[in-house]
Amino acid sequence: MNIIVCIKQVPDTTNVRIDPETNTLVRSGVQSIVNPFDMYAIEEAVRLKEKFGGLVTVITMGPIQAEEALREAISLGADEAVLVSDRAFAGSDTWATSYTLSKAVQKIGKFDLVICGKQAIDGDTAQVGPGVAAFLDIPQITFVKKIEEIKDSFIRAERMTEEGYDIIESPLPCLITVVKEINEPRLPSLKGKMRAKKIEIKKLEAKDLDADPDSLGLKGSPTKVVKIFTPPPRKGGQMLEGEAKDISERLVDLLKGDLCL
Amino acid sequence: MDYLLTEEQVMIRDIARQIAQEKIKPVAAKYDAEGIFPWDIVKILAASDLCGIYIEEKYGGTGGGAMELVLATEELSKACGGISLAFAATALGTFPIILFGTDEQKQKYLPDIAKGKKLAAFGLTEAGAGSDAGAIATTAEKKGDYYVLNGTKQWITNGGEAEVYTVVASTNRSKGARGAAAFIVEKGTKGFEFGKKEDKMGIRASATRELVFTDCKIPKENLLGKEGMGFIVAMKTFDQSRPGVAAQAVGIAQGALDLTVEYMKERKQFGKSISSFQGLQFMLADMATQIEASRALIYACARMIDSGNSKVGKDSAMAKLFASDMAMRVTTDCVQLFGGYGYMRDYPIEKYMRDAKITQIYEGTNQIQRGIIANHLIKETAAK
Ligand SMILES: Cc1cc2nc3c(=O)[nH]c(=O)nc-3n(C[C@H](O)[C@H](O)[C@H](O)COP(=O)(O)OP(=O)(O)OC[C@H]3O[C@@H](n4cnc5c(N)ncnc54)[C@H](O)[C@@H]3O)c2cc1C
Ligand SMILES: Cc1cc2nc3c(=O)[nH]c(=O)nc-3n(C[C@H](O)[C@H](O)[C@H](O)COP(=O)(O)OP(=O)(O)OC[C@H]3O[C@@H](n4cnc5c(N)ncnc54)[C@H](O)[C@@H]3O)c2cc1C
Repeated sequence: MNIIVCIKQVPDTTNVRIDPETNTLVRSGVQSIVNPFDMYAIEEAVRLKEKFGGLVTVITMGPIQAEEALREAISLGADEAVLVSDRAFAGSDTWATSYTLSKAVQKIGKFDLVICGKQAIDGDTAQVGPGVAAFLDIPQITFVKKIEEIKDSFIRAERMTEEGYDIIESPLPCLITVVKEINEPRLPSLKGKMRAKKIEIKKLEAKDLDADPDSLGLKGSPTKVVKIFTPPPRKGGQMLEGEAKDISERLVDLLKGDLCL
Repeated sequence: MDYLLTEEQVMIRDIARQIAQEKIKPVAAKYDAEGIFPWDIVKILAASDLCGIYIEEKYGGTGGGAMELVLATEELSKACGGISLAFAATALGTFPIILFGTDEQKQKYLPDIAKGKKLAAFGLTEAGAGSDAGAIATTAEKKGDYYVLNGTKQWITNGGEAEVYTVVASTNRSKGARGAAAFIVEKGTKGFEFGKKEDKMGIRASATRELVFTDCKIPKENLLGKEGMGFIVAMKTFDQSRPGVAAQAVGIAQGALDLTVEYMKERKQFGKSISSFQGLQFMLADMATQIEASRALIYACARMIDSGNSKVGKDSAMAKLFASDMAMRVTTDCVQLFGGYGYMRDYPIEKYMRDAKITQIYEGTNQIQRGIIANHLIKETAAK
């Protein structure tokens, strides 16, 4: 079973700064990590490989530094790594990112399954997985919390919903996005780390993809970021103190009056 | 301090650190309270390839030695000195095979130990033979293609949990220490049972049990080295393993100091953090300096072992002595700096003090270490 895992390098902090001039995320100077949800994607792929054989290829689109994320995936058991990187990809929104990744996946070639994280902790849109599936024109199962069965050309998975879960069956190849309930990612191994240090990472640039130049990067991104701002902090509420009876009466008055019930 | 570790050693240290901080620290108190064996952590160590870091590549390891062993032991011990012992005592039980095993014996036993599929243990001590190891009463009688073992080993770390045991027994009691031999005994061999599990002051996640041999027949191929070499096997094994105990001590001390510095910044008395009191700052400075000095001694000794130098007895004893006495002092002072909170089981620090104590006792008490060091000194001057 050949599996491609899409991983994203993200800043390791919840309080990333926004550049007030350009309204984009300031990424320099912040420590980078593999998007936490993608760690579950890597683990699931490696487990499937250990069970059924085949190759796990990790792929990321990002700047040269994103190599680090790929090496980490190798130390966790992935076999091959591909960095999709070119100035032409700069400014990609989820549409252009999905398009570019789908082209890279096609370039890598034969695969049975593509696994993505549920969402990235910085962009947070959860659109890239479904986007890649759409461009590849293959079925998708999002929010997978368990693969019940998988064989030659068939997968049955539990898709997490707010109320419980759906059971979805699909032919392969297929794309799934995974939630953290699916497994417990392993820690890196020594042999994995040694491989990760030495492995040659394949690079794909714009010219290597059979892609439409106008669909890449800023040019290919329909999203225009007009303004990014931090919402003003919520004003403190009003505390009522005293006996329960008094409070409830005052509350009713307030609701009737200022708060117009 | 920068100890100029190789890239691989840095990887080993980082992996062990991550396991210690992410996987061991959260469960250390639970294992201490319940006294159960940390198999789930052993599985993680195995999956991370740490179990083979002191075993040659041709036997399934990654080819390191004493230095790799002390780096990992130290990191694991920062989080729990008891859990780390499952790993370190396996090394103790494996060294006799590494040092004295034939190629067949190594092929048979080392790969599973390197993969972390099997743990090992070392059985020397008996009720009547502690510091005076020459007084062992367990016998091994040769009968045809077998040796028949009879006797009871006491306080054997990893007892009951390990699959591979290296055991010292006497083939000729009239010869005393020169009549001993070392054997490999597999768990499950008929006539090999385990006695009670000890209830200990510290390192409570570690299993300490009796090995009971009653007409236990083992194939003669399981003899390590030759008859009469039992004590040489034991002494050479300790020369290799004592830096490991020392590293356990340094890890325990460092783990305790790290917690203490954090606590002192938070704890306020007289309107200030207690870390602002100079008298206490001096204690911190002394502790950090002593830990670093122990670490330097251990690493130097481990590197000497890995360079193939066989005359490490004195240095290895010094490392064990210095680091374990240091760990006892440091952990006692850490409890002091936590004040009354330090005395409470709700806080993690008293465990470090309980765990530190054993490092002064096993693999030769610190009195015995001083004896070894002094003997070397006297012999060295006599040789001049
Ligand atoms: C308002 C806004 C402004 C932005 N401005 C910029 C900008 O100026 N410059 C810029 O570079 N980015 C910018 N981005 C980020 C960029 O558009 C998205 O981060 C990117 O398209 C991925 O979307 P996401 O982070 O929401 O990922 P999600 O869709 O949440 O990710 C889901 C999964 O898709 C996969 N995945 C996502 N991204 C990648 C990737 N790059 N490689 C491989 N797999 C991936 C992973 O498996 C991941 O778990 C902006 C995003 C927003 C919302
Ligand atoms: C938790 C634990 C785990 C252990 N694990 C193992 C194991 O895996 N394998 C194994 O074989 N053994 C193991 N041991 C045994 C350990 O090595 C012995 O306890 C140790 O060697 C001391 O022996 P003893 O307890 O009989 O003390 P004793 O020898 O009775 O010593 C009592 C006191 O007298 C002192 N003393 C003795 N002789 C002298 C002397 N000549 N000069 C000065 N002082 C002296 C000692 O230093 C000590 O202070 C373990 C012990 C414990 C407690």
